[in-house]
Amino acid sequence: MRNPVKPLVEKFGLPRVIIVSFFLFLVAGAGFFHMNLMQLLSDCLRRWGMFGILALAMVPAVQCGIGLNFGISMGIVGGLLGGLIVIQLQVAKIPSLVAVHPLFAMWVAVMLAILIGVVLATGIGYLYGLLLNRVKGSEMTVTTYVGFSIIAFMNMMWMLLPFSDGELIWPNAGKGLRNTISLASSFSNVMNKTLAISIGDLTIPTGLLLFFFLMCFLVWLFMRSKTGIAMSAAGANPMFAKAAGINVNKMRLIGTTLSTVLAAVGILVYAQGFGFMQLYNGPMMMGFTSVAAVLIGGASPKRARIPHVLIGTFLFQGILALGLPVANQFIPESNLSEVARLIISNGIIIYALSQVKGGSGRE
Amino acid sequence: MERTKENYVLKMDNIAKEYYGNRVLKGVKLHIRPGEIHALMGENGAGKSTLMNILFGMPVIHSTGGFEGTVEVNGEPVQIDTPLKAMELGIGMVHQEFMLIPGFSVTENIKVGREISTPNLVSRVFGRSMESLDLKQMRRDAKKALKTIGLQIEEYVKVAGLPVGYMQFIEIARELDKTGIRILVFDEPTAVLTESEAERLLEAMRVISSQGIAIIFITHRLDEVMAVADSMTILRDGEFVARKEIKDTNVVEIAELMIGRKMEKLVDDGIPDSRTIRDDDIAISLRNYKVNMPGEKVKGIDLDIRKGEIFGIGGLAGQGKLGIPNGIMGLYEAEGEVKIQGQPLNLGKLGDALDHKVAFVSEDRRGVGLLLDESIEQNIIFSAMQTNGKFLKKVAWMKLYDAASAHAHAEEMVKTLDIRCTGIRQPAGALSGGNQQKVCLARALTLEPEVLFVSEPTRGIDIGAKKLVLEYLAKLNRELGMTVVIVSSELMELRSVSDRIAIISDGRLACILKPDDSDADFGLAMSGAWKGGQKDA
Amino acid sequence: MNKKISDFLFQNMVVILFLILCVLATYFSKQPLTFVASELFTRIARNSFIVLSLIIPVIAGMGLNFGIVIGAMAAQLAIFLTTYWGFTGISGFLFTVALATPFAVFFGFLVGKLFNYMKGNEMIGGLVLGYFADGIYQLVFLFIFGGVIKMNNSTLMIPTGIGVKNTIDLKDTVKYALDTVPMLTIVELGFYLVLIWMAGSVIFKLAKKQEVDWKSTVIKVAAAAVIYALTYIKPVEQFLAADRLLLLSAVELGCLATVLWQAYGFLKWKLQTKKGDDMGANSFKPLKAGVNVVLAAVVYALTYVPEIYNVLIVVRLPVMTYLCIGALCCFNNILMRTRLGQNMRTVGQSRTVANAAGINVDKTRIIAMIFSTVLASWGQLIFLQNVGTISTYGAHTQVGQFAIAALLVGGASVQKATNKQALLGIVLFHTLFIVSPLAGKELFGDPVIGEYFRVFVSYGVIALALAMHAWKKPEKPKSETARQGEAKAA
Repeated sequence: MRNPVKPLVEKFGLPRVIIVSFFLFLVAGAGFFHMNLMQLLSDCLRRWGMFGILALAMVPAVQCGIGLNFGISMGIVGGLLGGLIVIQLQVAKIPSLVAVHPLFAMWVAVMLAILIGVVLATGIGYLYGLLLNRVKGSEMTVTTYVGFSIIAFMNMMWMLLPFSDGELIWPNAGKGLRNTISLASSFSNVMNKTLAISIGDLTIPTGLLLFFFLMCFLVWLFMRSKTGIAMSAAGANPMFAKAAGINVNKMRLIGTTLSTVLAAVGILVYAQGFGFMQLYNGPMMMGFTSVAAVLIGGASPKRARIPHVLIGTFLFQGILALGLPVANQFIPESNLSEVARLIISNGIIIYALSQVKGGSGRE
Repeated sequence: MERTKENYVLKMDNIAKEYYGNRVLKGVKLHIRPGEIHALMGENGAGKSTLMNILFGMPVIHSTGGFEGTVEVNGEPVQIDTPLKAMELGIGMVHQEFMLIPGFSVTENIKVGREISTPNLVSRVFGRSMESLDLKQMRRDAKKALKTIGLQIEEYVKVAGLPVGYMQFIEIARELDKTGIRILVFDEPTAVLTESEAERLLEAMRVISSQGIAIIFITHRLDEVMAVADSMTILRDGEFVARKEIKDTNVVEIAELMIGRKMEKLVDDGIPDSRTIRDDDIAISLRNYKVNMPGEKVKGIDLDIRKGEIFGIGGLAGQGKLGIPNGIMGLYEAEGEVKIQGQPLNLGKLGDALDHKVAFVSEDRRGVGLLLDESIEQNIIFSAMQTNGKFLKKVAWMKLYDAASAHAHAEEMVKTLDIRCTGIRQPAGALSGGNQQKVCLARALTLEPEVLFVSEPTRGIDIGAKKLVLEYLAKLNRELGMTVVIVSSELMELRSVSDRIAIISDGRLACILKPDDSDADFGLAMSGAWKGGQKDA
Repeated sequence: MNKKISDFLFQNMVVILFLILCVLATYFSKQPLTFVASELFTRIARNSFIVLSLIIPVIAGMGLNFGIVIGAMAAQLAIFLTTYWGFTGISGFLFTVALATPFAVFFGFLVGKLFNYMKGNEMIGGLVLGYFADGIYQLVFLFIFGGVIKMNNSTLMIPTGIGVKNTIDLKDTVKYALDTVPMLTIVELGFYLVLIWMAGSVIFKLAKKQEVDWKSTVIKVAAAAVIYALTYIKPVEQFLAADRLLLLSAVELGCLATVLWQAYGFLKWKLQTKKGDDMGANSFKPLKAGVNVVLAAVVYALTYVPEIYNVLIVVRLPVMTYLCIGALCCFNNILMRTRLGQNMRTVGQSRTVANAAGINVDKTRIIAMIFSTVLASWGQLIFLQNVGTISTYGAHTQVGQFAIAALLVGGASVQKATNKQALLGIVLFHTLFIVSPLAGKELFGDPVIGEYFRVFVSYGVIALALAMHAWKKPEKPKSETARQGEAKAA
């Protein structure tokens, strides 16, 4: 008989086997050290919901044919601006809204932020899509650096934009926006708290997860619509789509815009769960994290589905959530977990890139 | 000339080759005398390229189980198992695609991979790759090679700016520069050249052969063969047909030998034919129709396809026959006047042909015809969903995929066309060639077209499936009155099913023939030697 | 003529843009030129080597090598070990180089292997690989050193004994080790090198029973001896005893050398035309030589302008470092005139043609990566010995980013890069680096804006170059396939 591991490896791919084993090892480790597994599970769930939508942004991008979208920072910037505007306008503090219920005011704030973010991201995503239609075949390289550039550009903008709310700018007459902006008085944890269920030490952030699943469902619906199916075909085989009378460039534009919009929503969901908005270089590597998550879930640069997002984000964030406390048992006060994040997320991307046969995989 | 007939520089005897159970060469022989120009002729798929691959010891031959037969160079039996070995034996090739680097000078291109270098201290320690280049010597050699073929260019200019015609000459110069070259293969060298350039190339070939180098000249152009070749070998369907001295033969005989009469019947005549085809009821009319499809350019065609007929479009590969349907479907840039059932087609608008009820089964099944990773069901219903809005259901404001009706339709198609699969969920990429073709056909039929273009319907599928596909096309035509246009390189299948056959040569219409016209007519039309007044400069 | 000018402007758009930016930023920063110039020359010495290490992969068609980060890591690994073992001075530095090289060769080999799996995606692959390697690097420096391998050194290690401290001070070890090599030593070294080279050549030729050109060997050795003898003359010796060269002297020497070189070329040309060797005639162009001589004279005259003079007498160049940079420029050029270099160029232009010509494409690409990685590690060592401290976890992270940006600012692209572009790029990019925070402070009242601006510039120029590279693509393959398609026709 042959090695029983082999078919398993062939079916799921070597990296996924390694990552799942690592995850199980961490769970075992946590059990071994008598850590509070319920608490850790709560953390996993929270992170799952927080990061999920950012990873979801990869689905339309990959399916429409632009590949792994390292440049979701384009959308992230839109989302951040939405959040800033809402805080500046102090929406969450409007008395008439607060009078209904404080949580309601926060929901209004976060929804408004998302709305502004979506509008901005639509514009940015459209332009971004136009650019990507001109650089077919090298999208990944270009998106990465365009993503970095927009972050660097916004660094200057954060210094110069005329925001004035005390929670946004540096105290003591400093110049520009703060590095980390607390959302405590606007929409911190609004989704996490809504309908949250606590069973002992286990906290289920129901609102957050529902919102995440809702987004997944919407994307799933879109992928089953006439346009969604056409978009997937345009990504999988542009000539095939063309033969069926589909405008491939338009489909790519739709996919890119959708991906950018989802990134804008994703960063706000992330920020509310985190309780802070990180400006400046904070979101620089978000693209890499999201790409790594879908890849771990089983996606490839040519094919990504909703289950890949769900599984990948849970595994990846699970490892990070479990990794830190477990690593601390081995080496106290270390950032072994951070190192593991670097190695895992970039390792899986390299693996995926090396699997694309014949370079760009387009010719 | 003291050489006798037995003095051959190359003797290949009883060459046979099988690719995955498919015999592509069946006991072929090729004998070449030193210093002669020997034309190697045959239709596409006759086995010329396989024979050349064997001669060059290409990996594709040896990774698929090698070949049978013997090869002798200069009377010595040889085993050519790598391209390098072929090179050492003095066999060179002028490639069809240019193997030139535009950014390099002529010298660098001629000497690529074979640079002359002199040792220095570093190279003595680290090996030959660190030797410094002897540019002077390289330039001298390049000059010499250029002079041999009479090309008047400076050896230091960059290739990038040179006219296309010169590039071929640089390729030749590179082969000549290789020491000990005995046999030089020209693979359809005049295809990309203008008439005057081709003229010069033929002249250069004469010069080279006069220096004792044998030339194997692969071409379809009969006039060129008559002009330069000394002798020729004709292959057909992997079989050796004849070896002739040019002075003993004529154009008509060659054309006949190339085509040959095949007695197989691909389609039963059993289907009742109750069609009435009228010359004034035109399904598709083309006027001054041009398509810019790389490798298959259409350079201005006027053609009328009558409603309800099976119309064949034939011709050799690369002559432009494939460009015709691809241009109509909007896959490549096209211009000219196209009318479908009398209505003008907007060539600039993608999908306009689909809206005019024209469906297309592409020749490139895996590249254009299928979504390989998607299910059979998706592949079958895709076009109809996008074009006609079928298989969609309305939920609120959204039009969503209607899985139920799609399943039902796909199941039905699988049954009708007898697609062998594990189920409609199986990815199309996992099917055999014949079944993939049926899936493509099923998709086109789901569109319920009035005109169906089928490109290379039987390429890469086995004989049984071939028959089935062609019979089904005939059935569609007879029973539903669908106008079917079959574009194919295989004359045999066109002649067994079509009502009329247009032969395309050099992007233009050579002539329209009946299936029972003579072999010589077909041969001449395809070889570009047809003087029916159709061919203009 | 007008078209020519507009073509020139268009082709050099990036360079011109940055030239204008530099001039404006320098003007607004209100800094004296003396300050900017001395800072600039320090930075040129530090950064040139690593930027020049990018050229070989570009020529081999692998694009901008983001993988040089890994070379930098090899350098830091080596310098950490030598510091730990307590090596100092120039010998310590040389030992570090010797140690870094095998690391870099090994890493370069691995990177090359990996890049062969992702042809066409080397750049994004290299970038991600850099981050991945950073993870491994941190693992080694934070946990393996001290954790797995016991290391006792309170100045280098974190007090817990596991992991290396954030900064490593090189002040007492290899700081300025290369910069402070006296010119006298350099000349001496050069003399011995020539002797060894000549002896080696002669011995090899004798062993292989080839003819030895005794006359030229003797002349060359004699010339070297004469130059070496000159150093025993007191004033010369005094001049050469220093390790830094005044920029003024460097300019003067440069002008002199140009004139002498042209004169030598002229003489050689005269002699050869008498012999009637037509092949040599192309190498010397009287007009070009004349222009060069005039230019040298003009440059020399300019040193008498007071403003320029003031700058020239402030800046002092570390001679050995600049010589290393010059040597690398020469190496890049000479390599391209060898069989290997020609193979690299062929592979870079077309892998298909290279394959057909019997060149081992994968091997050539791996060799190019090894070269680049090794050179990058040396470059990082030069950088570190000049800076004098290592930020253990940060020194390598931006190396690729800034080096590539500098190369691109100089007008290089993904497919084409030359020594000149690299050097010009370093000057422009680093001028901007020096003055932009100051200009930001003067213009916006905050130096941070200037800092963000320069970071934006470094990312932006790379994004632009990559986009431009991909932008041209859709048209190129089209015409190429069209041509190939036509070739298949008939």
